[in-house]
Amino acid sequence: MKKIEAIIKPFKLEEVKNALHEVGITGMTVSEVKGFGRQKGHTEVYRGAEYVIDFLPKLKVEVVLDDAIVERAVQAIEDSARTDKIGDGKIFVLQVEQAIRIRTGEQGADAV
Amino acid sequence: MKPVYLVLQRLMLAASMLLLLTLSAVAQAPAPVAPAAPKLDSGDTAWMLTSMALVLMMTVPGLALFYGGMVRKMNVLATVMQSFTVTCLVTVLWIVIGYSFAFTPGSPFLGGTSRFLLYGMTLESVNDLAKTIPESVYMCFQMTFAIITPALICGAFADRMKFSAFLWFIGLWSLCVYCPIAHFVWGPDGFLNEAGVLDFAGGTVVHINSGFAGLMAALVMGRRRGYATEPMPPHNLVLSVIGASLLWVGWFGFNAGSATAANGNAGMAMAVTQIATATAALAWMFAEWIVKGKPSVLGIISGAVAGLVAITPASGFVDPRGALIIGVAAGAICYWAATGLKHALRYDDSLDAFGVHGVGGMVGAVLTGVLAVAWVGGEGKSGLIDGNPHQVLVQLYGITVTVVYDVVVSLILLKLVDLTVGLRVDAEVEREGLDLALHGEAVQ
Repeated sequence: MKKIEAIIKPFKLEEVKNALHEVGITGMTVSEVKGFGRQKGHTEVYRGAEYVIDFLPKLKVEVVLDDAIVERAVQAIEDSARTDKIGDGKIFVLQVEQAIRIRTGEQGADAV
Repeated sequence: MKPVYLVLQRLMLAASMLLLLTLSAVAQAPAPVAPAAPKLDSGDTAWMLTSMALVLMMTVPGLALFYGGMVRKMNVLATVMQSFTVTCLVTVLWIVIGYSFAFTPGSPFLGGTSRFLLYGMTLESVNDLAKTIPESVYMCFQMTFAIITPALICGAFADRMKFSAFLWFIGLWSLCVYCPIAHFVWGPDGFLNEAGVLDFAGGTVVHINSGFAGLMAALVMGRRRGYATEPMPPHNLVLSVIGASLLWVGWFGFNAGSATAANGNAGMAMAVTQIATATAALAWMFAEWIVKGKPSVLGIISGAVAGLVAITPASGFVDPRGALIIGVAAGAICYWAATGLKHALRYDDSLDAFGVHGVGGMVGAVLTGVLAVAWVGGEGKSGLIDGNPHQVLVQLYGITVTVVYDVVVSLILLKLVDLTVGLRVDAEVEREGLDLALHGEAVQ
């Protein structure tokens, strides 16, 4: 079992969600995060006081899935989240030790 | 430590009572407020009943939201708490002795005690300053001015004052500074009134007063931790826009209500208020657009408030053309005061109580001396353009007296409260936020 963590631009959520549906993934968790890589921040001005804000709003999409479909899922996210501009984000793939469905107690592949 | 604290507290109370007694001791035998003879006017009364409510709304929730939106989320409750508490505290102080000290005859410096606990105020009594409305209405109307003035000061020390210290300072300031200055300028025998200082609705009494007291508080308490190094953007400017809008609408009670009548004076005051506010808002907006490259929401609402402040002393004395000039001047000058001046001098007047109210009040007071015309304000109330350049000097005199008295007494009160209770919260509290530490609550 693997976990995909994808940091994407917020407006790309709908596209990424649909692309994941198409490769057979039906569950995911999304959180609002802040971050930066190479994309520059912006300046805010309040009554003459300038603040340089490095952090940009992003979304983190987390999916736990079977090893068999990881490659297709990663490709789906890449294709749907890409805008060819700096700040598109990153995808990380991690190893998952165990997964349990709370309602039924199912474990492993049956839980995702 | 505790016994010393108590002794100092008692000394502080004694000192302020001594100050007040000294001022009222210069009085002649206090004459009772004249019993009502002229008939009450229902139009005037209806308008003034409404005005009182409008001006009260300016503080709660107008100012509360205006300031609340500008602070960081962790301090928003502490900020709105200040406006709400001032309303309650000053109401009580006003009816106990504040109204009497400000608006009854006594000495040129302070009123008498004839309206202690409002004894003597009946359903028929009037204050000679507004003979066509019941005294209860006049007293309440003036109360709302006494409320908003200390509430404005809070903008200067946002994010760092202890609640107990705040209560002490505001209570003492309202009796020792607001009441005397209101008497100097508006009291029937007030010496600035007799000198011919023109202040229709409180440019000196409310705005210069609160602005300079705020500056003193900012200087005595020092800058916020992290000021100029950490970003402290407003957490919700939508709240501030709502607050500024309530201030604008309520201000018609403030200015047009200061005519204490439903007549042409009130109407003209309403008109010039609207003109100056809108003009100042645009002036600040354009100034910022040119200087910083973008017109901001915080900028335009600040400009509007600056215009409201500056037109306040002038609202019963200038014509629409004068209002335009006041608007442009206030917008541009207050923009500079709240940005360039503040950053150059590096004081942390968190929400620009001085930059907008202190400076705006001075701009308005001086321009009143320039632009007052007798056909608006009445015989003898002329400014430079109406052939009476001397009025500018009279205005400067009024400003100077107000500033000197305000600064000296505010500094004394600040130091007294600092020595007994301590003005500033601990570093830990300031870092974590006032809402939880002072009030046990947080906005989720």
